[in-house]
Parts: sequence; structure tokens; C-alpha cells
Amino acid sequence: MTDHLNRRDFIKAAGAAGALLIGNNSFARATKPPMGRVVVIGGGYAGATAAKYLRMWSLGAIEVIVVEPNKQFVSCPLSNLVLGGSKSINDLTFGYDALKANHGIKWVQDTVTAIDSTAKKVTMLRGELSYDRLVVAPGVDFIYDGLPMLASAEAQSQIPHAWKAGWQTVNLRKQLEAMPDGGVFVMTIPKAPYRCPPGPYERVCQVASYFKAHKPKSKIIVLDANAEIISKKGLFAKVFNETYAGIVDYRPDNVITGVDVATKTITTDFDKIKAEVLNVIPPQRAGKIAQIANLTESDYPWCDVNFLTYESKLVPSVHVLGDSVAAGLPKSAHMASNQAKVCANAIVQLMAGQAPDPAPVFANTCYSYVTAKSAMHVANVYRYDEGKKIMVSAEGGGVSMSPSEKEGEYAAAWAQNIWADTLT
Amino acid sequence: MKKLHTFWFISVLLITSVCLPTIGNATEVSVFSAEQNTHIRALAASCAACHGTLGNSVGNNSATDTSSANAVLAGIDPAEFTNKMLGFKDGSRKATVMHHHARGLNVDEINQLAVHFSQQKRVTKSPVKSEILKAEHD
Ligand SMILES: Cc1cc2nc3c(=O)[nH]c(=O)nc-3n(C[C@H](O)[C@H](O)[C@H](O)COP(=O)(O)OP(=O)(O)OC[C@H]3O[C@@H](n4cnc5c(N)ncnc54)[C@H](O)[C@@H]3O)c2cc1C
Repeated sequence: MTDHLNRRDFIKAAGAAGALLIGNNSFARATKPPMGRVVVIGGGYAGATAAKYLRMWSLGAIEVIVVEPNKQFVSCPLSNLVLGGSKSINDLTFGYDALKANHGIKWVQDTVTAIDSTAKKVTMLRGELSYDRLVVAPGVDFIYDGLPMLASAEAQSQIPHAWKAGWQTVNLRKQLEAMPDGGVFVMTIPKAPYRCPPGPYERVCQVASYFKAHKPKSKIIVLDANAEIISKKGLFAKVFNETYAGIVDYRPDNVITGVDVATKTITTDFDKIKAEVLNVIPPQRAGKIAQIANLTESDYPWCDVNFLTYESKLVPSVHVLGDSVAAGLPKSAHMASNQAKVCANAIVQLMAGQAPDPAPVFANTCYSYVTAKSAMHVANVYRYDEGKKIMVSAEGGGVSMSPSEKEGEYAAAWAQNIWADTLT
Repeated sequence: MKKLHTFWFISVLLITSVCLPTIGNATEVSVFSAEQNTHIRALAASCAACHGTLGNSVGNNSATDTSSANAVLAGIDPAEFTNKMLGFKDGSRKATVMHHHARGLNVDEINQLAVHFSQQKRVTKSPVKSEILKAEHD
């Protein structure tokens, strides 16, 4: 019975929204739109995608406001190719104008500093916004508790993480270019989970490919806090041992205990290594605002959500997406995009008074480039498991037999399409 | 009851689609009926990372060219879609990546995806224009 009422309300709401939009400039409209307002924190892969699909699937009946401090979107995917030298950071940098204009998304260039889930409003550096539902998609935050000497911007200009694409990526490339042949590049990998499980191994391949062509006497020492290569293991191990034999020295189970910034010397339980160029990828947790808003529990720094709606298990009407989610799945851009779509779908249903899809399914492909042109994939379908209440990989997924230039083209097509899907 | 639901759902589309052009400059208007429910639209949307929003992949302007990596799925003949996917699934069709997806989907999902993509309007999409990274970015 209520079902019927809600459906009618939805129609009225959607119709009224259209009428309002015809008469007015949608951005100047002061009245609350009939299906309500969703505020999205973060215009990364997850947040931008959620904003777009909320507008598309509500047929414009949900007002969407994105809060994002950056004017530009810089893609982490493909940013390792900047280190290899086959891409420029300017190939990976985009604006938000098309996304905003195409979908009537409102945009505030600011940073959210607090969430009041009782009053349903967010506080930004310059103002406040109220919401009916909130989407929190802030990516990752780096943990410097164990490495306090690397917390400052000054230290990071010497020893960049380059794990958020931007000027740090450019800086690291410049350091590699300036390094004399015969130098040592040291890279450290944190304990999983962290953003993009295959990303560090792809980075090793990209730097090795640059060394092989331009600085063949140089070496790469990889200090991995994990017990083994944690993604596409067989494929990466083969590339390290064959394509980059004599260049890559991979050392598992190596947790770093200290760094001397001035001399770029790194200490582990076993070793003390001086690098010419040093790249420390710090341990990670859910984005800072997720910590501030108590979307994580004290003993685990990622956000628990309901996988049908991505609503937080701790705070009602607040949905969490992307790398911040405790999903037990790879933290990738494609995954962030998939979560955003399931969430947008669910929010449209919930705001129309209907039940969300009880059994979401999505497909995921992750490519890694091992040279400037060759790539390899891991691909899976994931479906909701009613018993476990999580997304689990379906049977039949898998990895490439070996890297190939054909897959390099596929990977480029993936990037072009996910950028267009996220940003237009 | 089911009939009624379908009726209401289509009404929503009819009412709202009139207003759509004023929402923004979006060329992407999803066409879906009650049969291709919200379940399938979200699954289909996960294909967008390679095949574009609503099956309109970028950098591929021929509606009939479905051979490249980023094959256009919008407006595809549903029988062609189903045949290819079932071929990837049972191994009779050579694949680079698609077998890893097709094997994870069931036949019903493949059939529904075929209908979904066949109903999307083909629009020409170009790659997003990149920009020079500004000094103020992190
Ligand atoms: C080197 C590298 C290579 C990678 N390669 C791949 C790949 O090939 N394929 C793949 O699928 N994935 C890849 N990834 C992973 C991918 O980049 C991430 O999984 C993805 O960016 C996650 O999306 P997100 O939206 O959760 O976070 P992000 O994309 O980081 O977006 C978060 C956004 O939130 C904003 N924000 C944060 N806090 C606030 C606040 N308080 N208020 C307002 N806004 C805020 C930030 O400014 C940012 O724009 C790679 C990552 C790296 C580092």
C-alpha cells in the first residue's frame, strides 16, 4: 500500500522537478527539489561517478552538490607511465566543466571539515551545506605515525610518495631523470590493504623500463612489507626475473623502521640502505574526513558499509565509496566507479521510497603496464553474497597468460573510457 | 500488480523524459523499461570503464564496428551481443579479456544485457580533453 503511495510521490516529484527546471535556471532554484539533496564529498573516481549517475538515474529529480578542493582531476591510473617516461602528467589531467554542465551537478570548491549527522549538514572551510543523504568519497589518507620524519611537505619534496597523482609524480620523475647511471632507486610498499594492490609492482616495471633503456647500470631495490607480491604475482615475478633481470631486487617481508631524509637512507629490521632516489609509499587508511566523522571504528581504519547501498554501518544516511570502504576487494578506480553506481542506484530507489536492488553484480578489469606498451589484466565479475553480505568474486575470472601490446591498447582504451564515464 | 508496476514505471519515464533536455547538456539518456530493471542498468554501467557510458565508447565512431578493444555496445543487435558473450563464456570464441567476464555472468544476465545495450541510442563520443596541470594542485 505504501508502495503505491511512494510510487505516486515519485512520479509527482519527478514531474515537478522537470517543471521547475523548465521555468528556471536549475542552478538558481532556491526551493528544495522534490526528491531531495545529496551532497558528495570528493570529486575523485568514486564521487564524480556517483554524482553523474545520481543525476542520470533520478532523471534530474535529485539535487547533487559535489564538494572538492581541487580544480583539476589528476588520474592515478596511468601515472606510473609518467615515471617510465611514456606519458606526461598533462595527459592525465582533466577539468570538471563537462561533467557539471552535462548533468546539472552543482559544485563547491572547498574542503569538508566536519559532518553533523544529526542535523544532516556538513561544514566546509567556507560555509555549510545541508543534505538528505551524504556520499563520502575522500580516497585515502597516509599514516605517518611510524614515519613522522616524512609527514612534512618539505620531507616529501625530497622523498615523494607519488601515491596521489600530481606534482609529486612529476617530482619523482625529475629525480629519476637526474639520477646518474649506476644509481640505486629504493621503493617501499606498505602492508595491505592500500590503494591499488598491483600499483607498486607496476611502478617497479615502469622505472625498470626507463633504467633498461637509459641507465642500464642502475638498480631498483623493492622493500615490500608484505610476505609476497600481492597482485598478479606470477606475472610480475616473471617480468622482474626475465624482462628486468639484473635491475630489480625484490625483497619481501621488509618493513621499514626509519628514514634519514637528508641522506635518503632507509632502515629496516635487517638492513640500512642508502638510495639515490627514494620513494616511500606510506601505510594508508580511509580519507581524513571519514576518520573525523567517526565512519571508522578505532581498531580498523576503513569504513564498514552495507554492500547493497554503501550506507555506513555506523552513521545513518551517510554512504561511503571508493578507497575508504572496508570491502576486502582491491582498492581500484574501476571498483570505486562500480561502487558509486550501485550506491547511486540504491539512493535513487531509497529516495523514491523503494527497496534497493537486493543482489548487485558488477564487472571489474584492472590492467598493469609492464613496459611503455605492454600490459596485462586481472578481470572478475563480483556478486553480492546474501549469506556473507559482501561482494564476492564469481567463478571464471582470471589473469592474462602473459603481458602483450594488444592488452596495452586495451588498457589505453580502458583509461579513455573510464575518464569519459567519470568526467563527462 | 506486475502490470501496474510496469505502467507506472513507463509513466515516470514519459513524464520526465519531456523535461530531460533542461537538466543539463546531457546527450546520455538511458532508455530502459521495467524489464531491464535497475539491477541490469547498474551491471551494464560497470561495463562503461571499457565500453563507455551506456555502451557509447570513445574514439570509435562506427556503430557497426564492434571488433575493437572498446567495442561500441549502444544499439548493438541483441542476437550478436548474446552470441558473442556465449561464445566467450563457453570458450568457442577467442578472447583476450572478455572470457573472464562472460564466465562470471549467467545466461539470463547476458540476455538482459543484450536487450539493455541494444536499446541505447548511439551517440558519438570523443575522448576527454586533457589539460596542463596547474601549479596550485597538490
Ligand atoms: C600509482 C597508481 C596507479 C593506479 N592505477 C590504477 C589502475 O590502473 N586502475 C585502477 O582501477 N585503479 C588504479 N589506481 C587506484 C585508483 O587511483 C584509486 O583506487 C581511486 O582513485 C579511488 O577513487 P576514490 O574516489 O576513492 O579516491 P580519489 O580518486 O583519490 O578521490 C578522492 C577525492 O576526494 C577529495 N577529498 C578528500 N577529502 C576531502 C574533503 N574533506 N572534502 C572534500 N573533498 C575531499 C580529494 O581531493 C579527491 O579528489 C592507481 C593508484 C595509484 C596510486
